[in-house]
Amino acid sequence: MNKALGVALAALVSASLAACATTTPSKPAAGKSPPPAASSQPPPLPKGLDPAANKDPFPSTYRPMPGRDVALVGATVLTGTGAQIDNGTVLIKGGRIAAVGAGLAVPAGYETVDARGKWVTPGLIDTHSHLGVYPSPEVQAHSDGNEATDPNTAQVWAEHSVWPQDPGFNLARAGGVTTLLVLPGSANLFGGRGVTLRNVPGRTVQDMKFPGAPYTLKMACGENPKRVYGGKQRAPSTRMGNVAGYRAAWINAADYMRRWDDYRAKVAKGDKADPPKRDLQLDTLVGVLKGEILVENHCYRADEMAQMIDISKEFGYRITAFHHTVEAYKIADLLAKNDICVATWTNWWGSKLEMNDSVEANVPLVEAAGGCAIIKSDDPDLIQRLNQEAAEAMAAGRAMGMPITEAQAIRWITANPAKALGVSAEVGTLEAGKRGDVTLWDGNPFSIYTRAQRVWIDGGLAYDRTDPRFQAKSDFELGQESRR
Amino acid sequence: MIRRLASLLAATALVTAPGSALAATVAIVNARILNPGAAQPVDGSVVVRDGKIVAVGANVATPAGAQVVDAKGGIVTPGLVAVNSMLGAVEVSAVGDDVDVNTPDLGAAFDVQYALNPDSVVIPVARLGGITSAVVTPRAEGGQGGASLDHDDSGSDATSGAPASENAHHLFAGQAAVIQLARGSDMLLKPKVAMVSPFGDAGAKVAGGARGAEFVLLKEALEDVRAYQRNRAAYERAGYRDLSLSRADLEALIPVVNGQMPLVAVANRASDIRAVLKLAKDEKIKLVLSGAAEAWRVAPEIAAAGVPVILNPVLDRPTSFETLGATLENAARLEAAGVTVAIEGNSGAHRAHEMRYNAGIAVANGMTKGGALAAVTLNPAKIFGVANRVGSLEPGKDADLVVWSGDPFEPLSKPQLVLIRGEAQPLRSRQLDLRDRYKDLNRPMPPGYSY
Repeated sequence: MNKALGVALAALVSASLAACATTTPSKPAAGKSPPPAASSQPPPLPKGLDPAANKDPFPSTYRPMPGRDVALVGATVLTGTGAQIDNGTVLIKGGRIAAVGAGLAVPAGYETVDARGKWVTPGLIDTHSHLGVYPSPEVQAHSDGNEATDPNTAQVWAEHSVWPQDPGFNLARAGGVTTLLVLPGSANLFGGRGVTLRNVPGRTVQDMKFPGAPYTLKMACGENPKRVYGGKQRAPSTRMGNVAGYRAAWINAADYMRRWDDYRAKVAKGDKADPPKRDLQLDTLVGVLKGEILVENHCYRADEMAQMIDISKEFGYRITAFHHTVEAYKIADLLAKNDICVATWTNWWGSKLEMNDSVEANVPLVEAAGGCAIIKSDDPDLIQRLNQEAAEAMAAGRAMGMPITEAQAIRWITANPAKALGVSAEVGTLEAGKRGDVTLWDGNPFSIYTRAQRVWIDGGLAYDRTDPRFQAKSDFELGQESRR
Repeated sequence: MIRRLASLLAATALVTAPGSALAATVAIVNARILNPGAAQPVDGSVVVRDGKIVAVGANVATPAGAQVVDAKGGIVTPGLVAVNSMLGAVEVSAVGDDVDVNTPDLGAAFDVQYALNPDSVVIPVARLGGITSAVVTPRAEGGQGGASLDHDDSGSDATSGAPASENAHHLFAGQAAVIQLARGSDMLLKPKVAMVSPFGDAGAKVAGGARGAEFVLLKEALEDVRAYQRNRAAYERAGYRDLSLSRADLEALIPVVNGQMPLVAVANRASDIRAVLKLAKDEKIKLVLSGAAEAWRVAPEIAAAGVPVILNPVLDRPTSFETLGATLENAARLEAAGVTVAIEGNSGAHRAHEMRYNAGIAVANGMTKGGALAAVTLNPAKIFGVANRVGSLEPGKDADLVVWSGDPFEPLSKPQLVLIRGEAQPLRSRQLDLRDRYKDLNRPMPPGYSY
């Protein structure tokens, strides 16, 4: 009750801040040119040659869908902050959460949704998806997720592979998913940049890009890189080859950063200077070293994760999340101490040797150690049922005596993923001021029989199970006789 | 710590020492008995003697001398029967398995029964999902059915220049076997329960690239089997025309052409399903459809032909141009049309235990609960000819049953007791051993000393 009250109070305090926030898309923070210089300065570099000139060359054109102010009344609300509010009301105003609490009065002008007997959660967030880069149908022509031509392809960006017409986006939305990180595959040590998307139908990927979300870099440990490149008779073919590859790349990145810093220092002093040649691969790695790009690191085994942590310290960057990480429970203390999120499944295992030591209680054990635990999909079917996978993890925790509540478990697919994507200020909880991303369920979301009934994204109704007008279809599905 | 945990687990289990032998006669009392097809459970008892069920129901007396197990109101179902399974034939998928062959000399005769390993660490995980028997099925070109193959998290195979599958499978992938998942060495329940063939794109591929080629080759093969059956003596004297299959394959197919052994046809597109139905009718073959993403569009024809369907209810994406019509309501619509449906898990082995969740998903999308329970128990038993032994709680059948802490389709429910042939199975797995080893990271000694 105290928590519920707190949420409600927070709502009152920041409601006014939120009111006008979605009318214009927020601009990314980055992208300013170097400060204007003295008259002796050389002319600015030609467009495209200065990595700092424009860090957002494919800017988001996302626009919230039309919506009106909505009040969900009488629901069991899981706020994503750890609270459960019975008989709760969620107010969405101007596309943002305005207030959340028990028995709130609904102000005039709101569309009221009778949510009695239903459950309300934040829109779900998937930290690991390949929708769009490995779209359906899964044919060779659509296979755009791995630039498996070199172990370091930090220069490629997943958004340049995303097919916005992947029918999987619509199916994920029907599963309550409102935000997702689309990553390159894990064939490479450095797979490239991921892109965080709003799960709305878009004509272009820019229409889906989460405004202001930080970029991410996909890295991969273990079997995949060594198998892919070992199979081509080139490095890496072993795990020690993998590690040598990471370190060599960070050395190059640090050197590139130093050359640009030297150049800028000289220019600032008015000295003559020749700019380094821009390198897209190193731009991404330098973004990591500067803390602007978040590292999302595919890594299954505990021993390899510990080594990746040491490498990050050697070169001065941070790992935001380990992905897959079926052995996180073996080093849950180490991961918590380093504030690294763990994005995993509950019971996917055994496909290959490095995923042989999975335990269903991985997520509860990580959380019990004080870590940031996440259930993610990495799969176009599982993304439709993140709540089910979380229920399995909750069951595994309860089976070993942990009193895990629904209010706690929902964080594995909402608030914690938001943290791992660097978008916690905007999404992941039902708190006043956050984006109006809300999923209405026809029952307890941890039951196998429960399905998402309606999904709002930025306050716009993006999905309604009972109303075909709000069930988007991709271009690919139109006119298909067998879809009728 | 370990001991405390063990006692905690024992407290939640119904048999004090999991894995310990039960008496020859056991009465599970205070149970809510849920049989396939039933809408509601029946309060009552199940009596087991010498590994068989001897009595089930509301007014069943507890025999004198029986060991009494109080189910405490828990739901009792038959043990689940996994279809399209690889249990016992795989440990780690990428390391290898025993469900497919890649030689032009062997197709129909390939028989999974010789590979089965009861010591596989995958089996206890399946048992913890309530699975007590499984139909180990050869993998046809393109996969076994609706279930995706085990997860490939890299996608690298699709981009490394290699073809999607390097295995040139035969028209016939081989013969399935039914196993029971009891601890111990005796797991084969019935071998040679079905023949598997790929259709659609995969069938086209094994036949040289086009659907039309597969049907011509298949008809020729079946005709050769009949000719061989009629002219064995001449064949043995080498006094007979060349046949399209090896002698071993011809022998293996005799029960198929005689209508005794079902042909499991992996087919997804509606037009492929229709073509297979016609082939089976023309050739008088007993047919089972597997995969069957668009089966709902052919439901009346499938029902009229009396052909059962094995499917995965989570398949709702156009994964290929063969599954454009995939829908979560496939199972419900087939059930409504009167088709016998069997529901599979999400992989042949490691995620087989998710079959009970898949049954729940089918219910969430319109299937009846009784129908969904049948789809994971009695229907597969019937389809593969072992319903006299497993699949329902009836006197005379093997005592393969599960006592659940709640609704068997709910992730939050767990098995409290698993009996196979009357023996209580340990509710343990290698996964749980790992979990308990690392539950407390602050022990003075390294984890290597905890087991």
